[in-house]
Amino acid sequence: MPEIVVESHPIDTVFRTDRLPHIFCPGCGIGPATHAYAQAILESGIPKDQHACVSGIGCTARVPGYMDVDSYHTTHGRSIPFALAIALVKPEMEVTVFSGDGDLFGIGGNHFIHAARRNVDINIICINNFNYGMTGGQAGPTLPLGARATTAPYGNTEPPFNLPYLAAATGAVFVARWTALHVRQLKEAMLRAMQKKGFTFIEVLSPCPVGFGSPNDIGDAIEEVWLYRERCVVNHDAYLPDLEIDLRRKDVPFVMGNFLDIEKEPFDPLAMMKNKGE
Amino acid sequence: MAAVLSRQPLDKATVSIPLGRIYIIPERCKGCRFCIDFCPRDVLVETTEMNAKGYHYPIVAEGKEDECIACQFCSILCPEFAIYTEEIVEEETAK
Amino acid sequence: MSAEERVLTGSHFLLGDHACAEGGMAAGCDFFAGYPITPSTETAERLALRMPPVGAIFVQMEDELASMSALVGASLSGARAMSATSGPGFSLMMENIGMAAMMEAPCVIVNIQRGAPSTGLPTLVGQSDMMQAKWGSHGDYEIVAYAPSSPQECFDYVIKAFNTADRWRIPVFVMADELIGHMTERVVIPPADQIPRVERKRPRHKPGDESFLHCLAEDEDLVPPIVHAGEGYRVNFDSLTHDEKGYPATFAEPHDRLVRRLVDKIRLHVDQIIEYEEIFLDDAEIAIIAYGSTARSARRAVNDARKEGIRVGLLRLITVWPFPENKVRELSKQVKAFVVPELNLGQISREVERFTSLPVVGVNHAGGVMMAPDPILDTIKEVVKNA
Repeated sequence: MPEIVVESHPIDTVFRTDRLPHIFCPGCGIGPATHAYAQAILESGIPKDQHACVSGIGCTARVPGYMDVDSYHTTHGRSIPFALAIALVKPEMEVTVFSGDGDLFGIGGNHFIHAARRNVDINIICINNFNYGMTGGQAGPTLPLGARATTAPYGNTEPPFNLPYLAAATGAVFVARWTALHVRQLKEAMLRAMQKKGFTFIEVLSPCPVGFGSPNDIGDAIEEVWLYRERCVVNHDAYLPDLEIDLRRKDVPFVMGNFLDIEKEPFDPLAMMKNKGE
Repeated sequence: MAAVLSRQPLDKATVSIPLGRIYIIPERCKGCRFCIDFCPRDVLVETTEMNAKGYHYPIVAEGKEDECIACQFCSILCPEFAIYTEEIVEEETAK
Repeated sequence: MSAEERVLTGSHFLLGDHACAEGGMAAGCDFFAGYPITPSTETAERLALRMPPVGAIFVQMEDELASMSALVGASLSGARAMSATSGPGFSLMMENIGMAAMMEAPCVIVNIQRGAPSTGLPTLVGQSDMMQAKWGSHGDYEIVAYAPSSPQECFDYVIKAFNTADRWRIPVFVMADELIGHMTERVVIPPADQIPRVERKRPRHKPGDESFLHCLAEDEDLVPPIVHAGEGYRVNFDSLTHDEKGYPATFAEPHDRLVRRLVDKIRLHVDQIIEYEEIFLDDAEIAIIAYGSTARSARRAVNDARKEGIRVGLLRLITVWPFPENKVRELSKQVKAFVVPELNLGQISREVERFTSLPVVGVNHAGGVMMAPDPILDTIKEVVKNA
């Protein structure tokens, strides 16, 4: 069969198509991750009206604006407390924070650890592209040691966060990491996160050909994706402290998987009222 | 050692390989080549033509017209939601 | 105090901070997010006790950045949301006060002011956040700020703050000060059915109606109807400049249109918002302008001056923002000078100067101690002598 030219896509029902095409660069990993999120919304069985998508500021933070759900593009770093409030006021809603590594762990890190500690019933999808893309490729809190960025022109001297380890240590009930190429596993992880009550965390390693690839001698998005593909191993039982990403050490793989899936009571500020009679 | 083991699935006779059809929305494409490079059957190539934004979008390669198996990997991977596949259901199976 | 009741109808001997909390309870506050900070903690503590039994949500957040963000999220989910803080926390809230203004999320913030800048005087009074209340977050936007002068007004004006916030879709501040917050006085709480309540304007369009533009203000008041999370409208709220559909529109023309509306919806309706009290102004030759705890001392000074035959009156500001500029212009035709006592080194006095060519004499102290009546009286006499 030759290809057939059409004007719409089956997944369009989850998007605000009047806003497409989106602003992301060619080869950006946010697109596939967004597609996986859209697919997960469709398959979740939860009506679109009950999904809310919240973000801070940055490239990834533009995602909620493309989703045909209640969407909130808030201030830099503050998406998590915003989402917490929606989840508490409207507990029937499936609230997902879709934002970037700089937003969630640079300026917003304090909110992340406290929301995880409380076990708020929200999902965090973090696109980790190792840099501040929107502002032109500055070093972020996940930039690997030695990697270059516009504010680390001689190579990064700060150790990066190990995000799955951080999420698990601070209280998340579900922790996963995939790349933007692992779209099926990513979608399944998102579905699992939507099913679960409590604070879930999914890290998506994502190519950023302009902000991260270019200063680090990675030719284009395809090359960056191939780099991930060649170095990825899937190990659901990985020892979380070992999940650090070091580009310089070719012997150290990038470990993917659904690392943690446990049950804990989600945050309910009125819990003590409900247990009163017992 | 030249021993060739010809192993085939036991149910090969009863399972048919699905045939897929590829749908493309050229104006959404930004030419990242993900669909082309990661298609497990190497079905796609870039057009010589450009869309309005100046990108070469994918088309089915010559001679690969019957190679798509509708695995949908290009669909879910495409950052622009610009391509998808559908399985062609044979009329015989419907009957 | 019965923990299960929202409205504690009756006559009480109440701390100002507690009166703020009871105002929130009576107003139907569904959501409080805050962070402990002296001298406002008693408001949070009282609400932590009072809210859960009526099914309302109290959350102690990790900081005031989070508190303010949560207020906006709760507000846009349909909750009446409030927080209580003091200067350092107010500074942290400024970022998302701007978001509340931009997203038009009604919410109430009580600021029990203390000595400042920086950590300043945690336990002692100040009135030096008044300009910050108006201009603290970046950009042009309008808010309403009430300055209660008693625990009774703390109660009354927290309720009014909720109604004003919901009416105009803005953040509203109750700018009390440590003296008022830590003052215990009689507070009369009316029956529940006598608590005034203004409802938010809701969309006339049904969910799914393609013609509905949720950021379009169709009415003369320039306030668009508010959509809450989970109602099926599936709209976008954005801290970026946005168009009438709520979509980002980062260009000059939609930016000017949006910001102008955010400002005009208040500036064109100040007559419906501004409140003040006039004391002995009818025949006054000197007008004192004061607010908060300082207004109490000013009232005493006016009484003392009147006993000495000095024709002085008091304009007690209840809304400090929007500022009653027309009243100042009007008084300028009558009086010979203004005296503005405040526990800062001259904030509202500058505002008075904008609307009069008469002398404006400040009575200032940086804070830490109440503004006593004597320096105000002395200044009045000085002004009379020089007039």
